[in-house]
Amino acid sequence: MSGFEPGEELTPLHVTPDRYVTVRYAGASGDFNPIHLDDELARSIGLPGRILHGLYTMALVARAQTEAAGGPDSLKRLAVQFRGAALPEHEITITAKVTGQHDDRTVVSATATQLGKAIIRNATVELAAVAGGVGQ
Amino acid sequence: MSPGHVQAIAERTPLSLGTHSYAVGREKIREYARAVGETNPLHLDVDAARGAGHPDLVAPPMFAAVYCGGAFESALLEPELGIDFEMLLHSAQEFEWGPLVVAGDEITTEISLAEVGERLGMRFYAFHSSSRNQRGELVCRGVWTIVVRRRE
Repeated sequence: MSGFEPGEELTPLHVTPDRYVTVRYAGASGDFNPIHLDDELARSIGLPGRILHGLYTMALVARAQTEAAGGPDSLKRLAVQFRGAALPEHEITITAKVTGQHDDRTVVSATATQLGKAIIRNATVELAAVAGGVGQ
Repeated sequence: MSPGHVQAIAERTPLSLGTHSYAVGREKIREYARAVGETNPLHLDVDAARGAGHPDLVAPPMFAAVYCGGAFESALLEPELGIDFEMLLHSAQEFEWGPLVVAGDEITTEISLAEVGERLGMRFYAFHSSSRNQRGELVCRGVWTIVVRRRE
C-alpha cells in the first residue's frame, strides 16, 4: 500500500450485477424504495426500469479500493456524486488513479462507468496504510 | 413545502433530527458482504477475523449504510421537512471512517439537517450523521445529500 505513487492506476474492478442484486441489497440494507424493486413503478416515473441503489454502487467503488489497498481498514474517506441511473445486468467498471499524498493518506480519484457513461464521477478516496493486512 | 417554510427551516440549521441505535450482528455483516460482492474473509469467516486480531467479523466500511440507515430514513420522513419521498434522488454521499466496526458492536448515530436550499430548480437537503460505538469512539461521519424534484 505504501508503494502507491501519484499517477498510478489501481487494478480496475469489473462487476456485472445480476438481475436480483437490488432485491438482495434491499434486504441487506433495509432500503426497500420501490424504484429499486419494481420495473413498472420505476418506468412510471421516467426511469428505464428498476435502478441500482446508489449506496450499492458506492459500495463497489469502496470494494475496488479496499481490494487494491489491503483491506477494510485502509479506506478512511470516500465522497461520491451519483450521476444518472445505474442498471442491473450491465457491466460496471470502477477505475481509480492516485492523485496525491497528504499526511499519512494517499488520495485517489475513482470513477464508475456503465454502458459508456459515468454513474459515479470524480469520487474522492483517502487511503491509509494498514497495520493488520487482510488476515487470510 | 413553500419557499417561506424552507427559509424558516434553513434558519434553524443545524437541526437535530434524533438518535438511533443499531446492534451489529454477525449474520447481518455476512448478508451485507455477500450482497455487495465482498470476498475478504474478514467479513465472512470468524476464524479469519480473529486470526487477524479482531474480536469478531469485521463490517465492510460501507456497512455504514446499514447502521446509519434507520437514522437517515427517519430524517427523510420527518414531517416538518415535507420531503416528497417519491421524487427524491440521492445525489451525493460522503463517509469518513474511524475504528473498524465488528459484530457485537452497538452503534449510536445522531443525525441532523445541516443545509436546505434550492439549486437548479430543485430543492436539496444535506444531512450530517455521526456514529459512535459502545466505547464512544467516532466510527463514521456521513454527509447525505438528496435532491427532491418538483412534480410536473
